[in-house]
Amino acid sequence: MSTDSLSSIILTLVTFAPLAGGLLLMLLPRRDRDIRIFALVISLLTFVLSLHLPVYFHRAQAGFQYEIDKPWVSTPNIHYHMAVDGISLWLVVLTTFLTPLCVLISWKSIHERVKEFFILLLILETALIGVFTSLDLFLFYFFWEATLIPMALLIGIFGHERKVYAAVKFFMYTMIGSVFMLAAILWLYAHTGSFDFVVIREQIAGGAVPGFSAAAQWLFLGFFLAFAVKVPLFPFHTWLPDAHVEAPTAGSVLLAGVLLKMGTYGLLRFNLGLFPEQSRHNAWWVMTLALIGIIYGALVAMVQPNMKKLIAYSSVSHLGFVVLGIFSFTQAGLNGAMFVMLAHGISTGGLFMLAGILHERRHTYEISEFGGLANPMPIYAASYLVIVLASVGLPLLNGFIGEFLVLSGAFQDKAIYGILGATGIIWSAVYLLWMYQRVFYGTITHPVNNTLGDLSGFEKMAVWPCAAAALVMGVAPILWLGAIDPAVHAALTPFVQVVGRVVGP
Amino acid sequence: MIVNWVATFFPALVQTLPQGADYVRILPEIVLSVFGMIVMVLEPLLDEEQSQKILGLIALVGTLAGLGATWFMAQSPGLAFWNMVQVDEFSVFFHVLVIAIATVVILISYEYMAVQRIRAGEYYALILFGVVGMALMSSAIELVLIFIALEISSISSYVLAGFRRHEAASAESSLKYFLLGSFATAFFLYGVALMFGATGSTNIDQISQTLQSGPIPLLAFVAVAFMFVGLGFKVGAAPFHSWTPDVYEGAPAPIVGLMSTAPKAAAFAVLLRIVFVIDVHAIFYVIWVAAALSMTLGNISAFLQNNVKRLLAYSSIAHAGYLLVAFAAAPGPGISAAMFYTAAYAAMNLGAFAVVSHFANAGERYVTLEDYEGLGRSSPLLAATLTIFLLSLIGIPMTGGFFAKFYVFNAAMKANLIWLTIIGVVNGGVGAYYYLRIIVRMYMRESRKEVPVMPVPFALRLALVACLVATIYLGIFPNSTLQYAQDSAQRLVWQSSFAPVSAEPGTAGTVVKIVKSGI
Repeated sequence: MSTDSLSSIILTLVTFAPLAGGLLLMLLPRRDRDIRIFALVISLLTFVLSLHLPVYFHRAQAGFQYEIDKPWVSTPNIHYHMAVDGISLWLVVLTTFLTPLCVLISWKSIHERVKEFFILLLILETALIGVFTSLDLFLFYFFWEATLIPMALLIGIFGHERKVYAAVKFFMYTMIGSVFMLAAILWLYAHTGSFDFVVIREQIAGGAVPGFSAAAQWLFLGFFLAFAVKVPLFPFHTWLPDAHVEAPTAGSVLLAGVLLKMGTYGLLRFNLGLFPEQSRHNAWWVMTLALIGIIYGALVAMVQPNMKKLIAYSSVSHLGFVVLGIFSFTQAGLNGAMFVMLAHGISTGGLFMLAGILHERRHTYEISEFGGLANPMPIYAASYLVIVLASVGLPLLNGFIGEFLVLSGAFQDKAIYGILGATGIIWSAVYLLWMYQRVFYGTITHPVNNTLGDLSGFEKMAVWPCAAAALVMGVAPILWLGAIDPAVHAALTPFVQVVGRVVGP
Repeated sequence: MIVNWVATFFPALVQTLPQGADYVRILPEIVLSVFGMIVMVLEPLLDEEQSQKILGLIALVGTLAGLGATWFMAQSPGLAFWNMVQVDEFSVFFHVLVIAIATVVILISYEYMAVQRIRAGEYYALILFGVVGMALMSSAIELVLIFIALEISSISSYVLAGFRRHEAASAESSLKYFLLGSFATAFFLYGVALMFGATGSTNIDQISQTLQSGPIPLLAFVAVAFMFVGLGFKVGAAPFHSWTPDVYEGAPAPIVGLMSTAPKAAAFAVLLRIVFVIDVHAIFYVIWVAAALSMTLGNISAFLQNNVKRLLAYSSIAHAGYLLVAFAAAPGPGISAAMFYTAAYAAMNLGAFAVVSHFANAGERYVTLEDYEGLGRSSPLLAATLTIFLLSLIGIPMTGGFFAKFYVFNAAMKANLIWLTIIGVVNGGVGAYYYLRIIVRMYMRESRKEVPVMPVPFALRLALVACLVATIYLGIFPNSTLQYAQDSAQRLVWQSSFAPVSAEPGTAGTVVKIVKSGI
């Protein structure tokens, strides 16, 4: 199976395997156990297939690999153009890694409309992978919009009390944000005659697009708005806590783990790639928003009485680091941004799973309902600690590397950015460790907590891979950065200020 | 034979008699009229129980024969009846579209009639006659003939709107439609008269030539504006839209499905010819405003609706607005985008109304949003089908609605209409909300009252499958349909600059493909 000959169609296989599985699932009879097993098999198969990508990836090479480019619609000129580089490669693998864990964590917690749940989950996976692999702007928009429906349905059908409100809010925010991107894409097509990212990038760089200089700022903003809502950057973040708190655990994991990265990936790929000059002009306010996001998100997280909301706001803070790194336009900053994306996907995904496990036992996320849990649930407490430390940024765990690189990039850009950003690490230690202390240490305040069971087999299988990945990423970041670094270097070539490479391949 | 005999004795007379080819070029209209008359004649001979099914079947055969006749018609493109009718790819496209819509509507009505206790005879005959008018609208290039076709289609629709006789709302619907509709057709006729005054002709090609040869007289602007008012009413574009919600609410649901798609498609076909072939530039501003108004007003009003039929009525106003955006664009991409939009809109809207009409039950009791609560649980397949149509109306990828919106805005952006495009895409985003409300009710709320859902009868199932296949086909393989639309658009624009020219033969293969795709 894993021969190099697969390389020409591997992206199609990886992208559409979950969709095919989802369609097959529709035909299966409603026996919940079979459906769960089938979904797990499909998602694991997709993960194994996706491992082909890093295994046969030429790391030293900066350009796109595993390319496939076939015409789909002749006029307008839409191509089925897919490829990955060092940036999108890992985001694909992150998606395929988290999905089987989502299946496992939902094994017991979803017991109504099981079939629909797993069909939606698999369709969502296809759409997410498609976002990261497509290089045709039309195809990208296609997948981008396609993620909306399954995610909104997952929240709206399987969520908690205020699920409908959260689902509609999520849908409308992202929908309205992305129509501006559609307008920008249409403008680009009207003036370049192509939807192909590579072609458009070359035409813009060569100054061959009529009327570009007048429209560039608006185009930048069109793309930026769609991505900023998704990230979410500071004033656009209000949908996130609602969506997270109401979403089922698997939905939260994919939302925080992958969906938010669609925004930062878009900023990196399209805003920086297509509009380098405008990116530079607008960097100051984007970075300010990112800094506000880091600090504001952390401060709000600190006072949350609700564990899931706390984790949600911590995402606002962490994603602020990513945007800060991207708009520092330094090699270290971009490498760090990429690494934070991956690390955040793993550790926040893990945190949401752990919160979900607690919710299943007590049906509440209120931190004050807990206390002294380390006694009845020792394994759970230990796993939680590893993930919390990873998220805080303890050296030798994954959070540290990324944040360090981002901050060193920010310092190179302007010291004040680095200084303000660095406070974010302190804040994150405060809110996460304080939460950990209130939940796990001390004596048990509510007697019902004495009877809580420790992690079950399925839960271990879901949580421990996250902890293991956090450790491996912290110890050997070079495995990831080796592929990221050349791609980032290539992304930065239009920017003058390319400072020496931080890590060698 | 008689023609030969006449020819030997009165050679001059032969020129004035219609030729065989002339009849082929209106063959679909002839076939549909004949079947309509058969239905009318048979109706009193059958007893009421039988007549429902048999007449429906005859009408169905009639529309299928009409599709077949369209294929024959497509084989001999050109002008007929002294340049009054023109068969080209453009008219073939709209023939296929309106006749296919009628086929689906008959399928939807098949069981609906029995449930609502409506006598079938005139109902099916009127649908067939209405389609004759709509089909003729798309191929007529003579303004007076267009007016007659418009009247044939309108008068059938007026009567059809009032078919739920025991309901006051239906009578209101019919009367309102009739009064306002006559007013609008009068506007159109007035426009035709003024155009005749301005150019001395009522033939679109000749008008276009006269106008191109010199400065455009002011009267011609006024004439086109008047015609736009008349047609704007027919397509339900703002500010001529106020009849839509009341009429849609009262009329039988399958007929609303028909009214919101087929006559609109035909009126858009006429509008395409008037806007792009007569080509009076000043109309651009009128269209710009009408498009922006329709999108915005339609979407905002739809927010507040609690009745699904009214909600879809306002949504149809918004969609008329999206379509008008294409009219403000350049001819080439504009015409093809508009054609694609009418096809995709017909498929998804008809599908939505098919579900609504089945769900409404006897006397159309269940048409409020509350009634849809919990439908996802009680009838998952029906709910999923409606969801796909609604997603298509929103414009989500993999559905025809997505490409329809995409092509329209693409055409607008190509013509540098940046503001209109932005108004359009923002409306598209905001408009998603009210469609979502229906989906949310179906899936995320538990039913609070007992709403019986009957099993879906075979004919309706057929109709739903046809709409579903068309919606998804256009969403995944838009290429062949768009290509066909582009070819016909090119020919239409080309004709207008080198008129009058008989078109080249349309390729049968493409037509068959279009027929198959079930538009």
